[in-house]
Amino acid sequence: MKSPTDSLQDGCALSFQDTTYRLPSGNALISNLNLTVARGETLILLGRSGSGKTTTLKLINRLLDASEGDILIAGKPIRSLDPIELRRGIGYVIQDAGLFPHWTVERNVGLVPRLDGWPDEKIRARVREMLSLVGLPPEEFAERRPSGLSGGQKQRVGVARALAADPPILLMDEPFGALDPITRADLQKEFLALAARLQKTIVFVTHDVREALYLGTRIAVLDQGRLVGVYTPGEFLKTSEPEIHAFAASLHSGAAGEGAQ
Amino acid sequence: MKWYEFLLHNRVEVFQRIIEHLGLVAASMAIALAFGLPVGIWLVRRAKLQRWVIGVANVLQTIPSLALFGFLIPVPWIGGVGASTAIVALSLYAILPILRNTCIGIMEVDPAVVESARGMGMTPRQVLWQVQLPLAAPVLLAGVRVATAMCIGIATVAAAIGAGGLGVFIFRGLAMVNNQVILAGAIPAAGIAIAVDSGLGYFQKSVDKR
Repeated sequence: MKSPTDSLQDGCALSFQDTTYRLPSGNALISNLNLTVARGETLILLGRSGSGKTTTLKLINRLLDASEGDILIAGKPIRSLDPIELRRGIGYVIQDAGLFPHWTVERNVGLVPRLDGWPDEKIRARVREMLSLVGLPPEEFAERRPSGLSGGQKQRVGVARALAADPPILLMDEPFGALDPITRADLQKEFLALAARLQKTIVFVTHDVREALYLGTRIAVLDQGRLVGVYTPGEFLKTSEPEIHAFAASLHSGAAGEGAQ
Repeated sequence: MKWYEFLLHNRVEVFQRIIEHLGLVAASMAIALAFGLPVGIWLVRRAKLQRWVIGVANVLQTIPSLALFGFLIPVPWIGGVGASTAIVALSLYAILPILRNTCIGIMEVDPAVVESARGMGMTPRQVLWQVQLPLAAPVLLAGVRVATAMCIGIATVAAAIGAGGLGVFIFRGLAMVNNQVILAGAIPAAGIAIAVDSGLGYFQKSVDKR
Protein backbone atom coordinates (compact mmCIF):
# COMPACT_ATOMS: atom_id res chain seq x y z
CA MET A 1 0.00 0.00 0.00
CA LYS A 2 1.26 3.49 -0.84
CA SER A 3 1.56 5.78 2.11
CA PRO A 4 1.17 9.53 1.89
CA THR A 5 4.71 9.94 3.16
CA ASP A 6 6.27 7.98 0.31
CA SER A 7 7.10 10.89 -1.92
CA LEU A 8 9.61 12.81 0.16
CA GLN A 9 11.78 14.13 -2.61
CA ASP A 10 12.48 17.68 -1.61
CA GLY A 11 14.97 18.63 1.08
CA CYS A 12 12.29 19.53 3.56
CA ALA A 13 10.50 16.54 5.02
CA LEU A 14 8.32 18.24 7.50
CA SER A 15 7.40 21.78 8.35
CA PHE A 16 5.28 23.55 10.91
CA GLN A 17 3.71 26.71 9.55
CA ASP A 18 2.55 29.05 12.26
CA THR A 19 1.06 26.10 14.12
CA THR A 20 -0.91 26.66 17.31
CA TYR A 21 -2.47 23.99 19.47
CA ARG A 22 -5.07 24.99 22.01
CA LEU A 23 -6.87 22.92 24.61
CA PRO A 24 -10.68 23.12 24.52
CA SER A 25 -10.32 25.49 27.51
CA GLY A 26 -8.47 27.95 25.26
CA ASN A 27 -5.00 27.47 26.78
CA ALA A 28 -2.40 27.33 24.06
CA LEU A 29 0.08 24.49 24.56
CA ILE A 30 1.91 25.36 21.33
CA SER A 31 1.94 28.93 20.03
CA ASN A 32 2.76 29.96 16.47
CA LEU A 33 5.36 27.32 15.87
CA ASN A 34 7.44 27.69 12.71
CA LEU A 35 9.90 24.88 12.27
CA THR A 36 11.31 22.93 9.36
CA VAL A 37 12.84 19.50 9.57
CA ALA A 38 15.18 18.55 6.75
CA ARG A 39 15.08 15.17 5.12
CA GLY A 40 17.35 12.63 6.83
CA GLU A 41 18.21 14.78 9.83
CA THR A 42 17.67 14.09 13.50
CA LEU A 43 15.91 17.08 14.97
CA ILE A 44 15.82 17.17 18.74
CA LEU A 45 12.95 18.83 20.55
CA LEU A 46 14.46 19.93 23.84
CA GLY A 47 12.64 21.58 26.72
CA ARG A 48 11.56 21.30 30.32
CA SER A 49 8.53 19.29 31.40
CA GLY A 50 5.41 20.97 30.08
CA SER A 51 7.25 22.94 27.39
CA GLY A 52 5.17 21.30 24.64
CA LYS A 53 7.69 18.82 23.22
CA THR A 54 5.38 15.82 23.27
CA THR A 55 2.44 17.90 22.09
CA THR A 56 4.52 19.01 19.09
CA LEU A 57 5.33 15.39 18.31
CA LYS A 58 1.71 14.30 18.53
CA LEU A 59 0.67 17.05 16.15
CA ILE A 60 2.85 15.41 13.49
CA ASN A 61 1.05 12.05 13.51
CA ARG A 62 -2.28 13.70 14.28
CA LEU A 63 -2.77 12.10 17.68
CA LEU A 64 -3.59 15.77 18.23
CA ASP A 65 -4.87 18.12 15.56
CA ALA A 66 -3.47 21.63 15.26
CA SER A 67 -5.97 24.38 16.12
CA GLU A 68 -4.39 26.92 13.78
CA GLY A 69 -1.74 26.85 11.11
CA ASP A 70 -0.57 23.95 9.02
CA ILE A 71 1.87 21.11 9.20
CA LEU A 72 3.25 19.96 5.87
CA ILE A 73 4.77 16.59 5.09
CA ALA A 74 6.44 16.52 1.69
CA GLY A 75 4.63 19.74 0.89
CA LYS A 76 1.18 18.37 1.67
CA PRO A 77 -0.85 19.67 4.59
CA ILE A 78 -1.44 16.70 6.89
CA ARG A 79 -4.98 17.75 7.61
CA SER A 80 -5.81 16.73 4.05
CA LEU A 81 -4.52 13.20 4.71
CA ASP A 82 -6.34 10.30 6.33
CA PRO A 83 -4.93 10.10 9.89
CA ILE A 84 -4.80 6.28 9.86
CA GLU A 85 -2.81 6.18 6.59
CA LEU A 86 -0.62 9.04 7.78
CA ARG A 87 0.29 7.22 11.01
CA ARG A 88 1.13 3.98 9.21
CA GLY A 89 3.71 5.96 7.26
CA ILE A 90 5.32 7.43 10.39
CA GLY A 91 7.24 5.34 12.91
CA TYR A 92 6.41 6.09 16.54
CA VAL A 93 8.46 5.14 19.59
CA ILE A 94 7.45 6.19 23.12
CA GLN A 95 9.12 6.06 26.49
CA ASP A 96 7.56 2.87 27.85
CA ALA A 97 7.78 1.29 24.38
CA GLY A 98 4.02 0.65 24.54
CA LEU A 99 4.43 -2.94 23.37
CA PHE A 100 1.28 -5.05 23.36
CA PRO A 101 1.76 -7.34 26.37
CA HIS A 102 -0.57 -10.02 24.98
CA TRP A 103 1.39 -10.40 21.74
CA THR A 104 4.75 -12.02 21.06
CA VAL A 105 7.71 -9.87 20.04
CA GLU A 106 7.25 -11.13 16.48
CA ARG A 107 3.63 -10.06 16.31
CA ASN A 108 4.42 -6.70 17.90
CA VAL A 109 7.13 -5.92 15.36
CA GLY A 110 4.93 -7.10 12.48
CA LEU A 111 2.04 -4.84 13.50
CA VAL A 112 2.12 -2.16 10.81
CA PRO A 113 3.01 -4.54 7.94
CA ARG A 114 0.04 -6.68 8.99
CA LEU A 115 -2.25 -3.63 9.15
CA ASP A 116 -1.04 -2.77 5.66
CA GLY A 117 -1.94 -6.25 4.47
CA TRP A 118 1.51 -7.67 3.65
CA PRO A 119 1.60 -11.43 2.95
CA ASP A 120 2.58 -13.55 5.99
CA GLU A 121 5.90 -14.73 4.59
CA LYS A 122 7.02 -11.20 3.82
CA ILE A 123 6.03 -10.04 7.34
CA ARG A 124 7.97 -12.91 8.89
CA ALA A 125 11.09 -12.13 6.91
CA ARG A 126 10.79 -8.42 7.65
CA VAL A 127 10.33 -9.00 11.41
CA ARG A 128 13.46 -11.15 11.47
CA GLU A 129 15.42 -8.52 9.56
CA MET A 130 14.23 -5.77 11.96
CA LEU A 131 15.06 -7.76 15.11
CA SER A 132 18.57 -8.42 13.81
CA LEU A 133 18.91 -4.74 12.96
CA VAL A 134 18.24 -3.70 16.56
CA GLY A 135 20.57 -6.36 17.94
CA LEU A 136 18.05 -8.97 19.09
CA PRO A 137 18.70 -12.42 17.57
CA PRO A 138 15.27 -13.42 16.13
CA GLU A 139 15.58 -17.10 17.00
CA GLU A 140 15.99 -16.11 20.65
CA PHE A 141 13.47 -13.26 20.87
CA ALA A 142 10.73 -13.68 18.26
CA GLU A 143 8.53 -15.94 20.39
CA ARG A 144 8.98 -14.09 23.68
CA ARG A 145 6.40 -11.87 25.27
CA PRO A 146 7.25 -8.28 26.31
CA SER A 147 6.97 -9.24 30.00
CA GLY A 148 10.04 -11.44 29.51
CA LEU A 149 12.22 -8.58 28.24
CA SER A 150 14.45 -6.06 30.01
CA GLY A 151 13.76 -2.32 29.63
CA GLY A 152 16.49 -1.96 27.02
CA GLN A 153 15.23 -4.96 25.05
CA LYS A 154 11.66 -3.61 25.08
CA GLN A 155 12.89 -0.32 23.69
CA ARG A 156 14.80 -2.15 20.95
CA VAL A 157 11.62 -4.01 20.04
CA GLY A 158 9.80 -0.66 20.05
CA VAL A 159 12.32 0.72 17.54
CA ALA A 160 12.08 -2.44 15.41
CA ARG A 161 8.30 -2.11 15.38
CA ALA A 162 8.47 1.54 14.37
CA LEU A 163 10.85 0.74 11.49
CA ALA A 164 9.06 -2.39 10.25
CA ALA A 165 7.06 -0.78 7.45
CA ASP A 166 10.08 1.36 6.48
CA PRO A 167 8.51 4.75 7.18
CA PRO A 168 10.52 7.78 6.00
CA ILE A 169 9.74 9.64 9.24
CA LEU A 170 10.37 8.45 12.77
CA LEU A 171 8.98 10.14 15.89
CA MET A 172 10.64 9.28 19.19
CA ASP A 173 9.28 10.50 22.51
CA GLU A 174 11.98 10.13 25.18
CA PRO A 175 12.66 6.62 23.97
CA PHE A 176 15.61 6.11 26.31
CA GLY A 177 14.26 8.13 29.25
CA ALA A 178 13.32 5.20 31.47
CA LEU A 179 16.54 3.22 31.02
CA ASP A 180 19.50 2.88 33.35
CA PRO A 181 22.51 5.04 32.37
CA ILE A 182 24.59 2.21 30.96
CA THR A 183 21.82 0.71 28.81
CA ARG A 184 20.89 4.22 27.71
CA ALA A 185 24.44 4.98 26.57
CA ASP A 186 24.50 1.70 24.60
CA LEU A 187 21.23 2.44 22.89
CA GLN A 188 22.24 6.03 22.11
CA LYS A 189 25.39 4.80 20.43
CA GLU A 190 23.45 2.27 18.38
CA PHE A 191 20.86 4.90 17.55
CA LEU A 192 23.54 7.09 15.98
CA ALA A 193 24.79 4.22 13.83
CA LEU A 194 21.24 3.29 12.84
CA ALA A 195 20.27 6.87 12.01
CA ALA A 196 23.35 7.30 9.81
CA ARG A 197 22.63 4.05 8.03
CA LEU A 198 18.87 4.36 7.48
CA GLN A 199 18.71 8.06 6.60
CA LYS A 200 15.32 8.53 8.21
CA THR A 201 13.94 11.91 9.11
CA ILE A 202 13.80 11.73 12.90
CA VAL A 203 12.09 14.01 15.39
CA PHE A 204 13.35 13.12 18.84
CA VAL A 205 11.96 14.49 22.11
CA THR A 206 14.16 14.68 25.19
CA HIS A 207 14.78 16.84 28.25
CA ASP A 208 18.32 15.56 28.55
CA VAL A 209 20.81 18.11 27.18
CA ARG A 210 23.61 15.59 26.87
CA GLU A 211 21.39 13.31 24.85
CA ALA A 212 20.33 16.24 22.67
CA LEU A 213 23.91 17.29 21.97
CA TYR A 214 25.01 13.72 21.34
CA LEU A 215 22.23 12.59 19.00
CA GLY A 216 20.91 15.69 17.26
CA THR A 217 21.91 17.22 13.97
CA ARG A 218 19.93 20.23 15.18
CA ILE A 219 18.28 21.09 18.47
CA ALA A 220 14.99 22.98 18.67
CA VAL A 221 14.46 24.42 22.13
CA LEU A 222 10.91 24.87 23.35
CA ASP A 223 9.80 26.92 26.33
CA GLN A 224 6.17 27.22 27.40
CA GLY A 225 4.92 26.22 23.97
CA ARG A 226 7.14 28.68 22.10
CA LEU A 227 10.16 27.97 19.99
CA VAL A 228 13.20 29.64 21.57
CA GLY A 229 15.49 28.79 18.68
CA VAL A 230 17.03 26.05 16.57
CA TYR A 231 20.75 25.37 16.94
CA THR A 232 23.35 22.91 15.84
CA PRO A 233 25.07 21.27 18.83
CA GLY A 234 28.03 23.62 18.26
CA GLU A 235 25.88 26.76 18.26
CA PHE A 236 23.88 25.54 21.21
CA LEU A 237 26.81 25.76 23.60
CA LYS A 238 27.78 29.26 22.44
CA THR A 239 24.46 31.05 22.39
CA SER A 240 23.54 33.63 24.99
CA GLU A 241 19.79 32.94 25.03
CA PRO A 242 18.78 32.73 28.73
CA GLU A 243 16.69 29.54 28.42
CA ILE A 244 19.58 27.84 26.59
CA HIS A 245 21.92 29.14 29.25
CA ALA A 246 19.81 27.47 31.90
CA PHE A 247 20.12 24.23 30.00
CA ALA A 248 23.81 24.61 29.37
CA ALA A 249 24.37 25.44 33.05
CA SER A 250 22.57 22.27 34.05
CA LEU A 251 25.11 20.39 31.97
CA HIS A 252 27.94 21.54 34.19
CA SER A 253 26.09 21.07 37.46
CA GLY A 254 25.22 17.57 36.27
CA ALA A 255 21.56 18.12 37.12
CA ALA A 256 20.23 17.35 33.68
CA GLY A 257 20.37 13.66 33.22
CA GLU A 258 23.10 11.18 33.97
CA GLY A 259 22.90 10.08 30.36
CA ALA A 260 25.58 9.86 27.72
CA GLN A 261 29.13 10.03 28.95
CA MET B 1 -35.96 -38.61 54.76
CA LYS B 2 -32.49 -37.10 54.31
CA TRP B 3 -31.96 -34.46 51.60
CA TYR B 4 -29.96 -36.82 49.37
CA GLU B 5 -32.65 -39.48 49.67
CA PHE B 6 -35.17 -36.83 48.66
CA LEU B 7 -33.05 -35.97 45.60
CA LEU B 8 -32.76 -39.62 44.62
CA HIS B 9 -36.48 -40.27 45.11
CA ASN B 10 -37.52 -37.27 43.09
CA ARG B 11 -34.71 -37.39 40.54
CA VAL B 12 -36.98 -36.71 37.59
CA GLU B 13 -38.32 -33.51 39.12
CA VAL B 14 -34.88 -32.58 40.46
CA PHE B 15 -33.44 -32.90 36.96
CA GLN B 16 -36.25 -30.75 35.58
CA ARG B 17 -35.65 -28.08 38.28
CA ILE B 18 -31.94 -28.01 37.59
CA ILE B 19 -32.63 -27.47 33.90
CA GLU B 20 -35.11 -24.71 34.73
CA HIS B 21 -32.59 -23.13 37.06
CA LEU B 22 -29.79 -23.21 34.50
CA GLY B 23 -32.22 -21.88 31.89
CA LEU B 24 -33.09 -18.86 34.05
CA VAL B 25 -29.42 -18.10 34.68
CA ALA B 26 -28.35 -18.61 31.06
CA ALA B 27 -31.13 -16.41 29.68
CA SER B 28 -30.46 -13.63 32.21
CA MET B 29 -26.72 -13.72 31.64
CA ALA B 30 -27.22 -13.60 27.89
CA ILE B 31 -29.37 -10.48 28.22
CA ALA B 32 -27.03 -8.88 30.76
CA LEU B 33 -24.02 -9.51 28.49
CA ALA B 34 -25.80 -8.32 25.37
CA PHE B 35 -26.62 -5.07 27.17
CA GLY B 36 -23.75 -4.66 29.64
CA LEU B 37 -20.81 -5.22 27.28
CA PRO B 38 -21.70 -2.72 24.54
CA VAL B 39 -22.96 -0.14 27.02
CA GLY B 40 -19.84 -0.62 29.15
CA ILE B 41 -17.62 -0.07 26.09
CA TRP B 42 -19.67 2.94 25.06
CA LEU B 43 -19.40 4.46 28.55
CA VAL B 44 -15.59 4.22 28.73
CA ARG B 45 -15.14 7.63 27.14
CA ARG B 46 -18.14 9.25 28.86
CA ALA B 47 -17.06 9.72 32.45
CA LYS B 48 -20.06 11.71 33.66
CA LEU B 49 -22.71 9.47 32.16
CA GLN B 50 -20.75 6.46 33.36
CA ARG B 51 -21.05 7.63 36.97
CA TRP B 52 -24.80 8.00 36.53
CA VAL B 53 -25.37 4.65 34.89
CA ILE B 54 -23.22 2.79 37.41
CA GLY B 55 -24.99 4.70 40.20
CA VAL B 56 -28.39 3.60 38.95
CA ALA B 57 -27.17 0.01 38.56
CA ASN B 58 -25.81 0.19 42.11
CA VAL B 59 -29.21 1.28 43.42
CA LEU B 60 -30.91 -1.55 41.53
CA GLN B 61 -28.53 -3.92 43.22
CA THR B 62 -29.64 -2.81 46.69
CA ILE B 63 -33.30 -3.70 46.07
CA PRO B 64 -33.94 -7.01 47.85
CA SER B 65 -34.51 -9.71 45.25
CA LEU B 66 -37.85 -10.85 46.65
CA ALA B 67 -39.08 -7.25 46.53
CA LEU B 68 -37.84 -6.74 42.96
CA PHE B 69 -39.65 -9.88 41.82
CA GLY B 70 -42.76 -8.57 43.53
CA PHE B 71 -42.45 -5.09 41.98
CA LEU B 72 -42.19 -6.57 38.49
CA ILE B 73 -45.35 -8.67 38.69
CA PRO B 74 -47.80 -5.83 37.89
CA VAL B 75 -45.56 -4.27 35.19
CA PRO B 76 -47.10 -4.77 31.72
CA TRP B 77 -45.08 -6.58 29.01
CA ILE B 78 -42.15 -7.69 31.14
CA GLY B 79 -44.10 -8.43 34.32
CA GLY B 80 -46.57 -11.09 35.41
CA VAL B 81 -46.01 -14.43 37.01
CA GLY B 82 -43.47 -16.83 35.56
CA ALA B 83 -40.01 -17.24 34.13
CA SER B 84 -39.89 -14.13 31.92
CA THR B 85 -40.36 -11.80 34.90
CA ALA B 86 -37.64 -13.65 36.78
CA ILE B 87 -35.29 -13.34 33.82
CA VAL B 88 -35.83 -9.57 33.68
CA ALA B 89 -35.07 -9.22 37.38
CA LEU B 90 -32.00 -11.45 37.23
CA SER B 91 -30.65 -9.55 34.21
CA LEU B 92 -30.99 -6.28 36.11
CA TYR B 93 -28.84 -7.71 38.91
CA ALA B 94 -26.26 -9.15 36.53
CA ILE B 95 -25.80 -5.98 34.50
CA LEU B 96 -23.95 -3.99 37.17
CA PRO B 97 -20.90 -6.23 37.62
CA ILE B 98 -20.62 -6.75 33.86
CA LEU B 99 -21.01 -3.07 32.99
CA ARG B 100 -18.68 -1.88 35.71
CA ASN B 101 -15.96 -4.41 35.00
CA THR B 102 -16.14 -3.72 31.27
CA CYS B 103 -15.53 0.00 31.94
CA ILE B 104 -12.82 -0.59 34.54
CA GLY B 105 -11.12 -3.32 32.52
CA ILE B 106 -10.80 -1.11 29.45
CA MET B 107 -9.84 2.01 31.40
CA GLU B 108 -7.10 0.13 33.23
CA VAL B 109 -5.33 -0.90 30.02
CA ASP B 110 -1.91 0.81 30.02
CA PRO B 111 -2.42 4.21 28.30
CA ALA B 112 1.03 3.86 26.69
CA VAL B 113 -0.14 0.70 24.94
CA VAL B 114 -3.31 2.33 23.65
CA GLU B 115 -1.41 5.43 22.55
CA SER B 116 1.16 3.43 20.65
CA ALA B 117 -1.65 1.39 19.04
CA ARG B 118 -3.25 4.60 17.79
CA GLY B 119 0.10 6.12 16.85
CA MET B 120 0.94 3.04 14.76
CA GLY B 121 -2.19 3.63 12.70
CA MET B 122 -4.72 1.19 14.12
CA THR B 123 -8.32 2.23 13.58
CA PRO B 124 -10.45 2.79 16.71
CA ARG B 125 -12.15 -0.54 16.01
CA GLN B 126 -8.82 -2.36 15.74
CA VAL B 127 -7.63 -0.74 18.96
CA LEU B 128 -10.79 -1.94 20.72
CA TRP B 129 -10.85 -5.51 19.41
CA GLN B 130 -7.15 -6.27 19.14
CA VAL B 131 -5.79 -4.32 22.11
CA GLN B 132 -8.30 -3.04 24.65
CA LEU B 133 -10.71 -5.97 24.87
CA PRO B 134 -8.07 -8.73 24.99
CA LEU B 135 -6.20 -6.83 27.71
CA ALA B 136 -9.43 -6.09 29.61
CA ALA B 137 -10.59 -9.70 29.30
CA PRO B 138 -9.45 -10.90 32.75
CA VAL B 139 -11.22 -8.02 34.54
CA LEU B 140 -14.24 -8.38 32.30
CA LEU B 141 -14.48 -12.10 33.00
CA ALA B 142 -14.17 -11.45 36.74
CA GLY B 143 -17.36 -9.39 36.38
CA VAL B 144 -19.07 -12.19 34.47
CA ARG B 145 -18.03 -14.61 37.21
CA VAL B 146 -19.48 -12.48 39.99
CA ALA B 147 -22.69 -11.90 38.02
CA THR B 148 -23.14 -15.61 37.26
CA ALA B 149 -22.59 -16.76 40.84
CA MET B 150 -25.02 -14.09 42.05
CA CYS B 151 -27.62 -15.06 39.46
CA ILE B 152 -27.46 -18.73 40.42
CA GLY B 153 -28.10 -17.76 44.05
CA ILE B 154 -30.86 -15.23 43.40
CA ALA B 155 -32.56 -17.54 40.89
CA THR B 156 -33.67 -19.70 43.82
CA VAL B 157 -35.92 -16.82 44.93
CA ALA B 158 -37.55 -16.77 41.48
CA ALA B 159 -39.61 -19.80 42.49
CA ALA B 160 -41.65 -17.39 44.62
CA ILE B 161 -43.18 -15.93 41.44
CA GLY B 162 -43.66 -19.28 39.74
CA ALA B 163 -40.49 -19.27 37.65
CA GLY B 164 -39.48 -22.77 38.77
CA GLY B 165 -35.88 -23.78 39.41
CA LEU B 166 -34.30 -25.27 42.51
CA GLY B 167 -35.97 -22.63 44.68
CA VAL B 168 -39.15 -24.69 44.35
CA PHE B 169 -37.71 -27.20 46.83
CA ILE B 170 -36.61 -24.44 49.19
CA PHE B 171 -40.08 -22.87 49.31
CA ARG B 172 -41.69 -26.30 49.57
CA GLY B 173 -39.40 -27.15 52.48
CA LEU B 174 -40.23 -23.85 54.17
CA ALA B 175 -43.96 -24.58 53.83
CA MET B 176 -43.50 -28.09 55.17
CA VAL B 177 -41.09 -26.90 57.88
CA ASN B 178 -38.76 -29.59 56.59
CA ASN B 179 -35.06 -28.70 56.55
CA GLN B 180 -34.13 -31.70 54.43
CA VAL B 181 -36.34 -30.51 51.57
CA ILE B 182 -34.85 -27.00 51.87
CA LEU B 183 -31.38 -28.55 51.66
CA ALA B 184 -32.45 -30.55 48.61
CA GLY B 185 -32.88 -27.19 46.85
CA ALA B 186 -30.05 -25.29 48.44
CA ILE B 187 -27.24 -27.82 48.10
CA PRO B 188 -27.57 -28.46 44.34
CA ALA B 189 -27.86 -24.68 43.79
CA ALA B 190 -24.66 -24.11 45.77
CA GLY B 191 -23.02 -26.99 43.87
CA ILE B 192 -23.92 -25.44 40.53
CA ALA B 193 -22.61 -22.04 41.68
CA ILE B 194 -19.28 -23.51 42.74
CA ALA B 195 -18.91 -25.61 39.59
CA VAL B 196 -19.73 -22.74 37.22
CA ASP B 197 -17.54 -20.31 39.15
CA SER B 198 -14.50 -22.54 39.08
CA GLY B 199 -15.09 -23.27 35.39
CA LEU B 200 -15.16 -19.54 34.63
CA GLY B 201 -12.18 -19.01 36.93
CA TYR B 202 -10.17 -21.50 34.93
CA PHE B 203 -11.20 -19.76 31.71
CA GLN B 204 -10.30 -16.39 33.21
CA LYS B 205 -6.78 -17.58 33.99
CA SER B 206 -6.35 -18.98 30.52
CA VAL B 207 -7.13 -15.63 28.84
CA ASP B 208 -4.77 -13.68 31.10
CA LYS B 209 -1.73 -13.51 28.89
CA ARG B 210 -0.08 -10.52 30.44
